[in-house]
Amino acid sequence: MNSDASRLRIGFIPLADAAALIIAVDKGFAAAEGLEVELVREVSWSNVRDKLNIGLFDAAHLLGPIAIASSLGIGHVRVPIIAPFILGVNGNAITVSPPLYAAIAESADGDIADPMVSARALARVIAARKAKHLEPLTFGMTFPFSTHNYHLRFWMAAGGVDPDDDVRLVVLPPPYMVESLANRHVDGFCVGAPWNSVAVDLGIGHILHFVSEILARAAEKVLGVRRRWADENPDVLARLVRAHARAAAFVEDGANREEVAAILSGPSRVGVAPKVMQRTLEGRLKIAPDGTMRTHDRYLLIGRAGVARPDPVQAAWLYAQMVRWGQAPLAPDLVIAAKAVFRPDLYDNALGQTMAETPGEPADRIGAFAGPRFDSNDIASHLAAWPTRPHDEK
Amino acid sequence: MVVAPDVEGVRRAQHLTKTHPEGDCGAILLPMDTSLKIAIVDESPIRAAILEDGLREAGFEQVVRIEETKSLLERIYALDPDVILIDLENPSRDVLAQMFQVSRIVKRPIAMFVDQSDTASIQASVDAGVSAYIVDGLKKERVKNILDLCISRFNAFSRLQEELDRTKTALEERKVIDRAKGILMKARGLSEEEAYALLRKTAMNEKKKIAEIAQSVITAAELLK
Repeated sequence: MNSDASRLRIGFIPLADAAALIIAVDKGFAAAEGLEVELVREVSWSNVRDKLNIGLFDAAHLLGPIAIASSLGIGHVRVPIIAPFILGVNGNAITVSPPLYAAIAESADGDIADPMVSARALARVIAARKAKHLEPLTFGMTFPFSTHNYHLRFWMAAGGVDPDDDVRLVVLPPPYMVESLANRHVDGFCVGAPWNSVAVDLGIGHILHFVSEILARAAEKVLGVRRRWADENPDVLARLVRAHARAAAFVEDGANREEVAAILSGPSRVGVAPKVMQRTLEGRLKIAPDGTMRTHDRYLLIGRAGVARPDPVQAAWLYAQMVRWGQAPLAPDLVIAAKAVFRPDLYDNALGQTMAETPGEPADRIGAFAGPRFDSNDIASHLAAWPTRPHDEK
Repeated sequence: MVVAPDVEGVRRAQHLTKTHPEGDCGAILLPMDTSLKIAIVDESPIRAAILEDGLREAGFEQVVRIEETKSLLERIYALDPDVILIDLENPSRDVLAQMFQVSRIVKRPIAMFVDQSDTASIQASVDAGVSAYIVDGLKKERVKNILDLCISRFNAFSRLQEELDRTKTALEERKVIDRAKGILMKARGLSEEEAYALLRKTAMNEKKKIAEIAQSVITAAELLK
C-alpha cells in the first residue's frame, strides 16, 4: 500500500449534505479503510473547484453541475472530474420574503403548497408588478452551475415565468443569503440546508417549497475526484467509496441522529446548532415564522433509496438544464461526456454489488412535478416541451 | 468585521516586502500597461492597502479597492475594470462567477485559470491566496507582473500575520507562566527563580512545553480551590 496515496486532502463547503464525508472522517470509517483524511473547510465553490482542478485537493464535496461543467470545459478550464459517490440528493428549498409570500398567497388559485399553483401565482405577481412599473423581483442562488439555479428556474418556468427576463437571478454565497433577504436585497432564494431554516427562525422568510416537492430525485452534491487521479489510484478510490457508503448508512440510521447532528454542528464542520441539523436530517422543518412545520421524508437523502450510487440519468438531466438555459450547446458527444461523469461502475467495484432498481422511485429517475418524463437518450425532444434559450456561442 | 486600516501594520509589511524583493515587480512595466484599471476585492483592509500601495509604486494609477461586498457586481459593472483581484478567503468569489454568464455586459472578464499553460503561476497564486480575473482579450503577459506583485505582497502579508500570531502566542504563554509561578511561589514558598526552575524541570521530564505545564498548574489550582 502506498502510504502517500492514502493520505488525502478533501475540501468541503459547510452544508448538511457534506454529512457522509464528515462522518466518514470523524467517525473513523475512512481510517478503518487505511485512509488518512484532512478535511478542509472552504468558503466558495470556485475555490473548491480550482483546488480540486490543480491538485491541492484529492477529492471534494462538489455541486453535481460543477463536476459536469468542469468535465465539459463549460465556463472555465476543462478538467475531467468524475463522481464515484453521490453525497446527497435533494435538500434544497425555496424561501421567500414575507411580503412576496403574501403576494403569492393572494394571487393563488389553489393550495400554494402545490408548486404548480405557486409558480402560476408568481407569474401573476410579476405581471402585476410589471403593470405598475416596479423593479423586477430578485432571487438568490449559489452558483451559475448549481442545482439551486436549475431548481429555481425549473419551478418558476413551469408557471410561465421567464427566469432571465421576468426576474433577476443573482449569485450569493450561502452565508449571505439570509442577510440579503433581511435587507431586501433579494425577495427569495434557493439554497441548501441549513440556510432556509435560519431565515425562518429569524422571522424573515417563509419556506415556499422543499425541492423534493419539485423533483423527487435531484442529484445535489457529489464526491468529486479528478479522472486522472481516479485512474492512477483505483485502490484508494475504492476505499474512499467504501468509507463513504458506511458513513452514509450511519447518517441515515435514526439511532445515530443525535450523534451525527452533534458532529456536524462542530465549529470546523458545518457549524450550526445541533437542533437545526437534526431537523434537517429528519426532513421536519419549520416553514413559517409562526411555527408551522412541514415534513417530507425525501427532503434530504444521504444514502437512502439507493441515491448514493451515481446515476448517469441524473447527470444527463443536469446537462439538459445547462442546454435549456443557454449555458451549453446540445451535442451528442456532450451528452455522453456528461453522463460519463457519474460513475456507477466505480461505486459497484468498491462495494461489490450491483444495485437493482429501487422500488417506489420515479420511473424516469427524476420525478419532476411538471413536464414530460425525462429521457436521457432523447434530451432534444424532452427540451422541446419547454421554452429554451439559445446557447451563446461566444 | 471591519477593522480600521492599521498604518503601523502597513508600514511594517512594506518593509517586509522590501526585504524580500524576489517577486516585487523588478521588471519595469511597459508604459501602456499602467493604464489598466485594477479592482481589488479584499475583506482585509490592511492587505488591500498593501496591495494598492504596491500597484501604485509600480506605476498603476487606476487602482480601486472594494471592501464592501454587498452589491459587488453592480460596483464592478460601474467601475468596469480590466483586472479584478480577489482574495481566496472571500465567499464573494462565487459572485464573480456570474460575470462569465452575462454576455450583455460590455466587457466580459475571465479567470486567469482559463489559461492552463502557466501551472506554476496558478499554483503560486492559489498558495498565496489570491485570484485574478481579467477582461477577455487582454494578453496574459500584460497582467503577469500584476499577478506576480500580488503573490509577493500576499505572501509578505501572511509572513507578517504569522509573526504577529507568534508574538501573541509568546505573550499569552508568558502570562500563563507568570501565573503558574505565582501559584507555586505561594503554595510551596518558593522564590520566583525556584518556581520557574521547577516548571522547566517538570516540562523537560514530561517532554512538554513549559507553557503546557504552567497551564496544568493553573487548572489544578483552580480545581483545588
